[in-house]
Order: sequence, then structure tokens, then C-alpha cells
Amino acid sequence: MSTIHKSPWLLHYDGSSCNGCDIEVLACTTPVYDVERFGVINTGNPMHADIFLITGGINSQNESVVKQIYEQMPQPKVVIAVGTCACTGGIFKECYNIKGGADTVIPVDIYVPGCAARPESIIDGVVKGVALFKEKAEALKAAEK
Amino acid sequence: MTERIIIAVLYVILAPFVIGLLDGFDRKISARMQGRRGPSVLQPFFDLKKLFEKEFLTANKSQLFMIRSYLVFIVLSGILFFGGFDILLVVFSLSTAAMFLILASTSTHSPYSAQGTHRELVQIMSCEPMELLVAVGFYLATKTFNVNEIIAGSAISNIVYLPGFFVGFVFILTIKFRKSPFDIATSHHAHQEVIKGVTSEMVGKEYGMVTLAEWYENAILLGIVGLFFLNSNPVSIVGAIIAILVVWFLEILIDNTSARVKWQLMLKLAWGVTIIAAGMNLFLLEIIMG
Ligand code: SF4
Repeated sequence: MSTIHKSPWLLHYDGSSCNGCDIEVLACTTPVYDVERFGVINTGNPMHADIFLITGGINSQNESVVKQIYEQMPQPKVVIAVGTCACTGGIFKECYNIKGGADTVIPVDIYVPGCAARPESIIDGVVKGVALFKEKAEALKAAEK
Repeated sequence: MTERIIIAVLYVILAPFVIGLLDGFDRKISARMQGRRGPSVLQPFFDLKKLFEKEFLTANKSQLFMIRSYLVFIVLSGILFFGGFDILLVVFSLSTAAMFLILASTSTHSPYSAQGTHRELVQIMSCEPMELLVAVGFYLATKTFNVNEIIAGSAISNIVYLPGFFVGFVFILTIKFRKSPFDIATSHHAHQEVIKGVTSEMVGKEYGMVTLAEWYENAILLGIVGLFFLNSNPVSIVGAIIAILVVWFLEILIDNTSARVKWQLMLKLAWGVTIIAAGMNLFLLEIIMG
């Protein structure tokens, strides 16, 4: 039986967000929401991460950074865009330096809307991400066979 | 002899389960201390299994070889210790293993690995004198380095003769277990100052093997804690197990109540405690045992 979904390690990257969503992401790790009970670890290392959580939109400076982080993560991996900014560019969409949401540079699996996204919906997104993570792991295994 | 072989084999098979479970309880107890529910006690096993299932993206092929050697040497040290051989040999074999970890982390060019390696070396420097002194302490108290003879030849537990050594050893355990305030070479929790230090560039199964090696190493270290309490009477095993659990809980408590310090302070504290506690004990032992 695969238990891979019981250990989803998270990498949080802050694009050009207003920090509103970032604070909500951090709130998820506090005693009130405690995402660690699902086995989630907030890691800073893309090589150890399974779920890539992006807040804020993509600008011309962080574009290459986001791509690199994504490429450094070993398969299977899931990308979650948290907040309207990461989904579409949000309130900053029309700015001269903003390219748009995270999906303008890397494939995004799950979109969590909200400005700021509430911790409940972030956890909801992570739980969906975890289910997808398991699916991808099984698909990868099947492809190997 | 067969008995010693059985214990060594049991170590190889059981150590990961026992230490993994202790680690699970550690995370649960830590979470409760912080007012959280925490993950399942089996979480360390889920994490380990996942690491072996991830894609293997290595920056340098020789890294895997170094990590395998690290694991092999740690397990070998454990076999030597639980098989009842020379404790001095165990200490040397553990430092050889540590060299492989250093080689593995320096085989890539990540600045985080480099920083972590530097700190790992300082950690080794802080702990090594005390580890060696423990072996010397047992020799002075029992006139032998052989683990089996240390146990068989002691009518009363050696903690009576070696309280200073015990204090010094428990102090460096915090560094060895990579617990706060001394988790400076790699971070166990969500601290992200050096990302993952020595283990930054270790991916999937490599990181899994390092975790496994740490479990094997922790089993040896806790075994040494137990050795202070073991004597020729088999009942002393109960005392040793209680002592190990108390020390383990103490480490969790220290971890949750202290903030990380800089390496300079760690080195000064570790050497200070080593010199004062173990040094005084050594001095007194020399006088008494002559
Ligand atoms: S979605 Fe709203 S709260 Fe979140 S980063 Fe964008 S502007 Fe800030």
C-alpha cells in the first residue's frame, strides 16, 4: 500500500505578493491550524519538497527563480497557486513588470482563490494537492513498470 | 559468542524501528508541548518510505557512494558496540563514518552544503573530545575497553564512578541528535537558515539513507547512555532502559525550550562542560583508583 501521501513536504515561495497570503500560509503551521498533523513539513529545500506552494504573481525578476525551483524538485510533485495573485496576477495584473499568475511559467495543478486566501481554503488546497500527489506517484510507478 | 552475534543482528534489524518510533513520539510530544496535535507516531516511517520512492536527481554521482559508505560505517560501529567489542573502536569507526558524510556534502558545490559542512565540522570538533573521554572513563573504571567485559566485570553500575563523564556525554548528545540549541549544521524543524545544511543537496533515497544512518547512530549513542547503568546483574537492563528514556525526554524538553545558538558558543559550551565535568571526574578517578 502506498503511504506516499502521508508525507507531503511543502516548499513555500513568495513571488510578488503583498505578503497577505504569506501570512495566511504561515498561519497554517501555527497551533490553531497545525498542518503538521497531516505530515506536512514546511521545508526550505526544493530537493526535499513534494508540494510547491506559490503566493503572489510572476514578475520578470522571479520568473527564472520559480522555474529553477520547479526543476529542482524531484518527481512526483504538485504545484499549488495560493491567492488571486498567484492564480491570475490579481490586483497587480496590469503592472508593467507582472507577467501574470504562476501558470505563466510552470504548470499549476491546484488554484486556491481568495485575497487573501483563508487558512481553511489553503489547507483545503493542500489536502487536494496531497490526493493529487498520491495519484501522480502511482502513475509514475505504473509508468516505470 | 553466539549471544553476542544475536544481539548484533538484532541491532541491525530492530534499531531503525525502535529509533524511528522514538522519533515519532518525539514529534508527537514536541507538538503537544507547543499546543498542537502533531502527526502520527508512525510519521518518521512514512517520511522515510516516501524519500525512497522519490525520483533520484543527484548533482554528483559520487555522492551516493559516499552516503552508502556513511551508512555502512555507522551500522558497522553499531555491530561493534552491540556485539560487545572495543568501545574505542566504536568511537573511531563513528568518526570515519562522519568523514563520509562530510565528503558527501562537499561533493556538490551548493553554498548551503558548504555552510552546513563547515558547521558539521565544528559540531564534530565539539563532540569528539567527549566521545573519546567516555571510552577512557570506562577504561579507568573497569580496566578494559571491551564493552562485554565492561558490563560483565562491573559489580555496580559505572555511573557511580563516572557521573562527570555521564553529564558531559548527555550534554554532547544534544549536538549529536541535532537538537536545538545546537541544531546548527542542518535544521530538523522549519528553521530555514541554512536550508538543510549538510543534507541540502541530498535527494530522495540519499536523504533517506542519511536519515536511516542517523537512526542507527542514535541507537549507538543511547546504547552508550545505557552502558553507564549496566552491570553484571541482568536486572540492571531495566535501569538502563529507564535512563535512556529519561535522557531522550530531556533532549525533547531542551529542544522545545531553547533557541538555536551560534557555533562559537556551542564550541565553548561543549568544551567547557567536557573539561569541567569529565576532567574533574577523570582527576578524581586517577586519585582514587591510582
Ligand atoms: S491575493 Fe491579495 S492578499 Fe494574496 S498576495 Fe495577492 S494581493 Fe496579497
